[in-house]
Amino acid sequence: MTTTTAKPVPAARKGGGAQQKLLAFASLIVLVIGFSLASPNFFQVANIMAILQATSVNGVLAVGVTLIIITGGIDLSIGTLMTFCSVMAGVVLTWWGMPLVLGVAAAIATGALCGLISGTFVARMKIPPFIATLGMMLMLKGLSLIVTGTKPIYFNSTPGFTTIAQGSLIGAVIPEFPVPNGVLILFLVAGAAAWVLSRTVLGRYTFALGSNEEAVRLSGVNTAAWKMAIYALSGAICGIAGVLIASRINSAQPALGLGYELEAIAAVVIGGTSLAGGRGTILGTLIGALIMSVLTNGLRVLSVAPEWQTVVTGAIIIVAVYADQLRRGRAA
Amino acid sequence: MFTRRTLLGAAAALSLAAAAPMAQAEGKMYIPLISKGFQHQFWQAVKAGADKAGKDLGVDVSFEGPDNESQVDKQIDMLAAALAKKPAAIGFAALDSQAAIPLLQQAKDAGIPVIAFDSGVDSDIPVATAATDNVAAAALAADKMAELIGDEGKVAIVAHDQTSRTGVDRRDGFANRMKEAHPKIQIVAIEYGGGDQLKSTEITKAILTANPDIKGIFGTNEGSAIGVVNGVKEAGSHIVIVGYDSGKAQKDAIRDGTMAGAITQNPVGIGYETVKAAVAAAKGEPVEKKIDTGFYWYDKTNIDDPKIAAVLYD
Repeated sequence: MTTTTAKPVPAARKGGGAQQKLLAFASLIVLVIGFSLASPNFFQVANIMAILQATSVNGVLAVGVTLIIITGGIDLSIGTLMTFCSVMAGVVLTWWGMPLVLGVAAAIATGALCGLISGTFVARMKIPPFIATLGMMLMLKGLSLIVTGTKPIYFNSTPGFTTIAQGSLIGAVIPEFPVPNGVLILFLVAGAAAWVLSRTVLGRYTFALGSNEEAVRLSGVNTAAWKMAIYALSGAICGIAGVLIASRINSAQPALGLGYELEAIAAVVIGGTSLAGGRGTILGTLIGALIMSVLTNGLRVLSVAPEWQTVVTGAIIIVAVYADQLRRGRAA
Repeated sequence: MFTRRTLLGAAAALSLAAAAPMAQAEGKMYIPLISKGFQHQFWQAVKAGADKAGKDLGVDVSFEGPDNESQVDKQIDMLAAALAKKPAAIGFAALDSQAAIPLLQQAKDAGIPVIAFDSGVDSDIPVATAATDNVAAAALAADKMAELIGDEGKVAIVAHDQTSRTGVDRRDGFANRMKEAHPKIQIVAIEYGGGDQLKSTEITKAILTANPDIKGIFGTNEGSAIGVVNGVKEAGSHIVIVGYDSGKAQKDAIRDGTMAGAITQNPVGIGYETVKAAVAAAKGEPVEKKIDTGFYWYDKTNIDDPKIAAVLYD
């Protein structure tokens, strides 16, 4: 029963998905070539590494929120949740002096728990996702400030913490390409999320919920429970993002995080995931996140005035989504 | 199916390629400034100073900063992009010194001199720091306060912070000057309001209640100073208030006489001196390790003086 309801969905997504990925990938290549022609300083190993490093946090957040967007939901709390998770890592590691593994676990567990709470608001209490996660966003922002007393928590007493994002395992083997570990983690998270989406029951329900929740419910599936699981998984991924950003800046900055949700959502949308739900890919999101950071970095390298950088980034989002709609309109 | 999308992409790439040559003129020295902010009037004034120095010295200057002072990671990304451009030198006002160390080290290794500005960077990598001498500025505030209250009596400090460099320097600069040069003046209270107007208001009222014979209060930044003004107004008291920085509320208070006067930093000078030092450092000329960018006392009499008005902001 469940397989029959869910089956048409992957079929529909496969046709559009492959092409969308191709188009997004082509745009990324065009951008990279454009910037490389425009400035000799753009296509240099150090700068490419800087772009990848800048993608890692936003990319992980975007992967997490992709899951929720595919269900037809939205999560505005991911940015401040990320911060709250890094604060909890700071509490466990710096204040309590626990070992590194426990700090990372605390961040991920905090994320999963908060995701579960958001999921409960949405699935059980029937609060629209926009409102429920807006509430969570503000609560988490406040909690981060309260826990820390508005001061950043530094990780100087935890040796090895900064290597999580800043070190380079690849660089140890191939010194010419010191890909930061944060980027490896992004690819690992993306790979795991793609696997969940395409190979597991949870993944199938993620698409099914976004396509036709009512049909799924009528076929006897406990939709609320699955939805909560998806929010919890997304929250755990935000926890990973929290560890990454804290490791990158060697501190948990309690006031950080607001606005990061919109950047992640923009990456998801550029990657071809539909805000209406039921359609989307992790690879697309990954490419979307890369497009965002290539654009930001490239415009900076070209010394475009910051006011115009913002305008161009906004315009690119509109163009990307419009092009996607044109394509889908013709396909249908 | 592909055509329209491909066209859009190609058009975007072309326009970028076309825009590029304008951005960097050939052969000119290039100096990026990475600041703590961009939108605040204070930072716009710093930018104006940097642009002026760029014009005077014939170098290309760019100015960038994150949307708000919590975005430590965005500032690091900006610094990384600036380094990719192989600048002659770089100006940097760290939001969080620790987060920036790896990149600053990278700059040092690449032989790019770093000039710290505004509050500076906690590291020995910067070859110079262009900032306000907060100790001297607060000492001037103390002298003005002493003059206004007749060189004797009780005063208090409402400070914005007890850990940050600026907070400590302004507090100590004021208190030590009083001790040394104005022995008949007694500092009866030093309280911290975090730069929060409301908190500073409550603190001020408590100080006034505890010391009915107090003659003056010094507020160490914009938020603290406005808090003192509000607290004094609410308590219906009339004492001498000395402030710091500007902002519309503070300027209004000075114009209507509630506040006697205030110290203003020189953001234009900060920008100008940073670029000047960067150019010198890039040429291998010696630069002073600490560059005092100056400060001014302003009150009702000189608030509209063009020299003062240029460094004040709303």
